[in-house]
Amino acid sequence: MSDPASKPQASAAPMGAIGRALDADLWFWFRSSPVAIVSAFVAVTLIAAALLADVLAPQNAFDAAQLNLLDGFTPPMERGMGSQMLFLMGSDDQGRDIFSALFYGTRLSLLVGLASVLFSLTMGISLGLLAGYVGGRTEMFIMRVADIQLSFPAILIALLIFGVARSLIPPQQYETAAVVVIIVAIGLSNWAQYARTVRASTLVERNKEYVQAARLMGISGLAIMARHVLPNVTGPVLVIATINLALAIIEEATLSFLGVGLPVTQPSLGTLIRSGQKFLLSGEWWILFFPALVLVLLALAINLLGDWLRDALNPKLR
Amino acid sequence: MVAYLIRSVVQAALVMLAVAFIAFSMFRYVGDPIASIVGQDATIRDRQELAESLGLNDPFPVQFGRFLANALQGDLGISYRQGRPVVDLLVERLPATIELALLSALFAFLIGLALGVYAALNRHGVFANIVMALSLIGVSLPTFLIGVGLIFLFAVQLRWLPSFGRGETVAFGWWTTGLLTESGLKSLIMPVVTLGFYQLTLIMRLVRAEMLEVLRTDYVKFARARGLSERAINFRHALRNTMVPVVTIAGLQLGSVIAFAIVTETVFNWPGLGALFVKSVEVVDIPVMAAYLMFVGLVFVVVNLVVDLTYFVLDPRLRGTGAVPAR
Repeated sequence: MSDPASKPQASAAPMGAIGRALDADLWFWFRSSPVAIVSAFVAVTLIAAALLADVLAPQNAFDAAQLNLLDGFTPPMERGMGSQMLFLMGSDDQGRDIFSALFYGTRLSLLVGLASVLFSLTMGISLGLLAGYVGGRTEMFIMRVADIQLSFPAILIALLIFGVARSLIPPQQYETAAVVVIIVAIGLSNWAQYARTVRASTLVERNKEYVQAARLMGISGLAIMARHVLPNVTGPVLVIATINLALAIIEEATLSFLGVGLPVTQPSLGTLIRSGQKFLLSGEWWILFFPALVLVLLALAINLLGDWLRDALNPKLR
Repeated sequence: MVAYLIRSVVQAALVMLAVAFIAFSMFRYVGDPIASIVGQDATIRDRQELAESLGLNDPFPVQFGRFLANALQGDLGISYRQGRPVVDLLVERLPATIELALLSALFAFLIGLALGVYAALNRHGVFANIVMALSLIGVSLPTFLIGVGLIFLFAVQLRWLPSFGRGETVAFGWWTTGLLTESGLKSLIMPVVTLGFYQLTLIMRLVRAEMLEVLRTDYVKFARARGLSERAINFRHALRNTMVPVVTIAGLQLGSVIAFAIVTETVFNWPGLGALFVKSVEVVDIPVMAAYLMFVGLVFVVVNLVVDLTYFVLDPRLRGTGAVPAR
């Protein structure tokens, strides 16, 4: 996508990739790709389920008053011993309905994924624009930091940030801060890729006539970057962001699985999998299986959509 | 050649210095080193004396210099939680991680290479397409789920393999290995597959793409026109030229394998460095975290340096450009 040959294409629509997504052309490519239709269906279903968790979930899975201990370890498709409620996907040790827990877990996983991608997107775009437009020592410094960050796996960086944040925040406040901490940790570990891409496109745009004209008119550097250069460099980055959303969701699940992510009181899919692992050895497979299934479906659907979008926006592949 | 060598080494040293700086900042400014040593009832005077004797009142560059000098001599501080020198903890757990990482890398490389070549040569075959589809799912499958799935299948259901630990190990001085006992080998299988799986899909897709690219080139067409056998074209001409980028990427991945061992080691309760690191994050044991960061940084820098230099040896074109900017 960073190929200069595809630039005029990407900057043709006023809104970059969003404008082109509404393009009839893109809609045609979408309809003719079964993989894209199925993945979009799965993704939309899961997102809708997450948004409507309060309405759709049969049980408020994290309100202790609604749980009945006698329902504990009900296998899927059976009625609980206590409440006689039907447990579609079984229940965990405390009689929590796994099916209901999934709604809330998916919601948190999506929330953390989206927010952290937004965080790294904002940070990466700003730093990339700055590096590309200003140049000189600023550019050197930003790009060196990006190099170092890119040479370490994101999960390691997120773990370090998490560890540091944990020692700075008092334990009493920790539970409320956990979501923010994990968003920042994942966000901070993924910005470099955006910064690199945006810097590369900014270097191309910087020397074009419209930027020179704006400069001659006496518009400030900040305004040129934000109003003139930015709309022309966001296209490629948005495609990367789609694919990174899947990675961010997996990263959050991994952190939560390792026990350094979201606490049990606010379980994401990863936390649910972590608590299900205990029971795997004793045969209660459904506590782990269903959250794992949803996580894989979510990641796979977003990945496939991202892949499809990248190919569909690349005129060279048609 | 010499200029290229020096530039690579200087760059590596700079990256290492930056990593050490981050590690030192964590070490010094996150948490209160005094509070973690003395009890709550220590007087302000006690604290000041301790701060003075530890050199915490010295200017920043002096402290950083001392940290570097100590680190070079193998002194990385004392673990807050275990009360033992961090270096001892690392050395104790190093063999487990290195063994796991090297075997995983080898597994990923060999199987990935074989599958990649197969998928490229039988581009429209049924098996090749199944492999490619599975590799796409593999990318979306988090490492920890692969591990948990394997445990469920082979440890819980079939009871063939142990679900945690290293099994029996044999010690050679400070190095321990699980390669010489039956239980050690059995314990290695699942962690190696889990850790290597992602790299395997990566290498396979890379080999396939590179190989398809090379098979389209003129010299392959020419080799075919010369009447060489398919076998000779595929393996002597095409495969050889795909190897340079593949070896580079596989080499660069070695660092990631060691870092990704964090997850695999936790799933299988593997007594390695990654599991130690996760524990230290959980209990906020800053010296261990800082030391692990330095260790991973060192591995990355050394791996990058070695790959850089190997590339130089493998690709004759670089030798020309390496010498020119020296002027």
